[in-house]
Amino acid sequence: MMAKYTLPVGPQHPALKEPESFWFKVEGEVIVDVDIRLGYNHRGIEKACESRNYIQCLYLIERICGICSHSHTTAFAQCVEEIAGLEIPARAKYIRVIVGELERLHSHLLWLGVAGHEIGFDTLFMYSWRDREAVLDLLELITGNRVNYAINTIGGVRRDIDGPKREQILSQLDLLADRAKFYADLVTTDSTCLARLENVAKFSAEQARAFGTVGPTARASGIDLDVRRDDPYAAYGEMPFKVIISDRGDLLGRAIVRLEEIGESIKILKYALQNLPDGPLTVKAPRKVPAGEAVSRYEAPRGEDIHYVRADGSDHPERVKVRAPTMANIYAIGESMKGSYVADIPIIIASIDPCFSCTDRMIKIVRQESGEARTMTWEELRQYGIRWYQQ
Amino acid sequence: MSIILDLVRILIFPGLLFTVVFSLFLEWLDRKLYARMQNRVGPPFRQPLWDLVKLISKEDIIPENANQFMYTVLPVLTVTSAVAAMIYVPIWNRESVYPFWGDLLVIVFLLTIPTMVLFLAGWFSANPFGVVGSFRTAIQFLSYEVPLLLAVLTPAVLAGSWSIRDIVLFQQEHPWAVAAQLAALAVALLALQGKLERVPFDAPEAETEIVAGPITEYTGPRLALFRLSTDIQLAVGVALLSNIFLAGAIGPWYLALLLFLAKCVVLVAIIAAIRAMMARLRIHQITSFYWKYLVPIAMAQMVIIVLIKGGVGV
Amino acid sequence: MSRIGKVIPELFKSLTSAPATVDFPKSAVPVPPDYRGKPVLIQEKCTGCGLCQRDCPAAAIEMVDVGAKRPKPAFDYGRCAFCAQCAESCRSDAIVITGEHHLAAFSREALRAAPRPEKKEEEPQEPAAEQE
Repeated sequence: MMAKYTLPVGPQHPALKEPESFWFKVEGEVIVDVDIRLGYNHRGIEKACESRNYIQCLYLIERICGICSHSHTTAFAQCVEEIAGLEIPARAKYIRVIVGELERLHSHLLWLGVAGHEIGFDTLFMYSWRDREAVLDLLELITGNRVNYAINTIGGVRRDIDGPKREQILSQLDLLADRAKFYADLVTTDSTCLARLENVAKFSAEQARAFGTVGPTARASGIDLDVRRDDPYAAYGEMPFKVIISDRGDLLGRAIVRLEEIGESIKILKYALQNLPDGPLTVKAPRKVPAGEAVSRYEAPRGEDIHYVRADGSDHPERVKVRAPTMANIYAIGESMKGSYVADIPIIIASIDPCFSCTDRMIKIVRQESGEARTMTWEELRQYGIRWYQQ
Repeated sequence: MSIILDLVRILIFPGLLFTVVFSLFLEWLDRKLYARMQNRVGPPFRQPLWDLVKLISKEDIIPENANQFMYTVLPVLTVTSAVAAMIYVPIWNRESVYPFWGDLLVIVFLLTIPTMVLFLAGWFSANPFGVVGSFRTAIQFLSYEVPLLLAVLTPAVLAGSWSIRDIVLFQQEHPWAVAAQLAALAVALLALQGKLERVPFDAPEAETEIVAGPITEYTGPRLALFRLSTDIQLAVGVALLSNIFLAGAIGPWYLALLLFLAKCVVLVAIIAAIRAMMARLRIHQITSFYWKYLVPIAMAQMVIIVLIKGGVGV
Repeated sequence: MSRIGKVIPELFKSLTSAPATVDFPKSAVPVPPDYRGKPVLIQEKCTGCGLCQRDCPAAAIEMVDVGAKRPKPAFDYGRCAFCAQCAESCRSDAIVITGEHHLAAFSREALRAAPRPEKKEEEPQEPAAEQE
């Protein structure tokens, strides 16, 4: 029996693309305990929104996440539209769905590549990112940018999808469907992939529910949960698709769910593009939104994204609150890691498709006796940090 | 005069200079093929050299808690032992510049030194990733070494000699011998893949898990030496296998050199493809793969070789 | 069911086909015609209303005095987020989005674009703007 030791993964580590700290207690190659520390990349976006007008907020919200940028802006815009009592045109709803599903395609392909890299299968990484480029090109064609699409505006969308663009997107979709099938086949039959993914970091439906997991992570444990179907927003009520569920509960299950969702997304895209209704793109939105509050849910590629906005009648929000999907999933991986091997750390972390920067938040410490909270100045905080590290 | 000749052999051909150039070429070939198989452009021809020059010119940092002496000695040791091994490998001829009756064993022995050095390097670098990497290096060493030795033993048993010259000569006289030991060649290639810590057997330096394993703390010129050593081990391994399994070189020296290079290129292409087509295995999966599959295959091959030898009576 | 080397045919296909990556500075990457690149001011059309500055999420637009009655926008491309909201907010189409995206520069100054100076009496747009 080997001695226990602590293996720090993060805040800087090649397996993590964003800063987050995991301290593993390890016995030989087996993980005994894990300590997750959030808060390395808090950007104060929620607070910053309070001093910007709604249009500016939209672009700030877009930058919460580079990968699900459309998810966040749609969720935010839906909140504001609900408060202002706007009903966006049908064509705008369809375009939001199209961009949202293309985003899901690129996000899942990106995940596949990252997962491949984490298990040392760099060829899979290169191939899936090469094919993801096709999706990004389509997004660039529609919106004018690869990453921050900026297609949403309060009251509709900013750009139209005309005939030639529609043809171009449709012509790429079959190719992407083929590739998705190839990857699903590869991941579920290649011996080395199976050796790394099968029966690792299993959690049952009860566990997944207890930890409050969302999105593909929950669906891979057999929980039938999808905001697109359960609480339809935009034009999802009219879209034909089925929610992919796997009851494997392990890493392979999460890979299968994501890869099959690509196929479903392509179905939605085809339907939406072929049935794109005519009409205007926007309704006139007021600059000053009347007082009120709203919550909106959005099925981001990683899971349910929740936005809350409170308006006070001025041209900027009074409070914005974002619950990114990673926040719901991250504690589940901590538990499922116990008993796994050191070699599985990167892929288990990657299995929830984490987005740490989106999820980071500030902690307010309130003294129990007096109930008062105190603000530290920068200098105090610095001194505190130095003291902490010297101990 | 003979001292000068020895110095030329050790420092220029087939010693240090030739070995470095040859191993950098093989590194380029490996990276280029790997990149092309992944549909990328790949590095330009001189990239490995520029990488080496860049690393050598970087700042040299020794961690405070690391063992200073070991930190200085180990990188040099790993390169010297790898270059020393290269000197005993025949290149354009049937024999190396210093042939003797047991040179095959000496090469295999010299090749184990860099692995031991890697273990020590991680152990003395005062870094948790380095220590984990060291353990894995040691475990992996115990896994691939037996199949590697069994595979290398096969042609030696067939030829009835530990001398590379005799083995090459035997195979050139009896070309069927090459076909008879293809399984041993496959085992040897997979063991070489493990020795060089390449996918799927790269758990000891798994980038996404333990950063760079034993060489995590190494920077600048020392890291350059470790990388160079890995390249040279690749060159030695490939050159050795092309001799003892693929009948070495034959003909006038330029043709022989071309033939030798062609064999090396084919072998590098095979291990580059292995690297490209698999995911990394966990360390215990690596161990069980070597012991469960490769050792029995190597033993079966040995039995077949002994039977053939008895039957043919060579 | 499970087998090794499932990806081998794909490896051969890649080996024999042209690489998917490009040698970037030497061969350009094409962008679609309505790519959101550098925003440029058409000063003759600008009325100096300042809506662009008000909606810019990155504070990249500053209204500067050019000698005319109203100030005109100066762009700081080092701050610009290329969202094209300025072009959207502009009521007189005085800001156009170009496809230009090779914007790297050696100094922050090189990333700024100020409107050119105007003289008050040579301001024919002024009454026209009020009619709108």
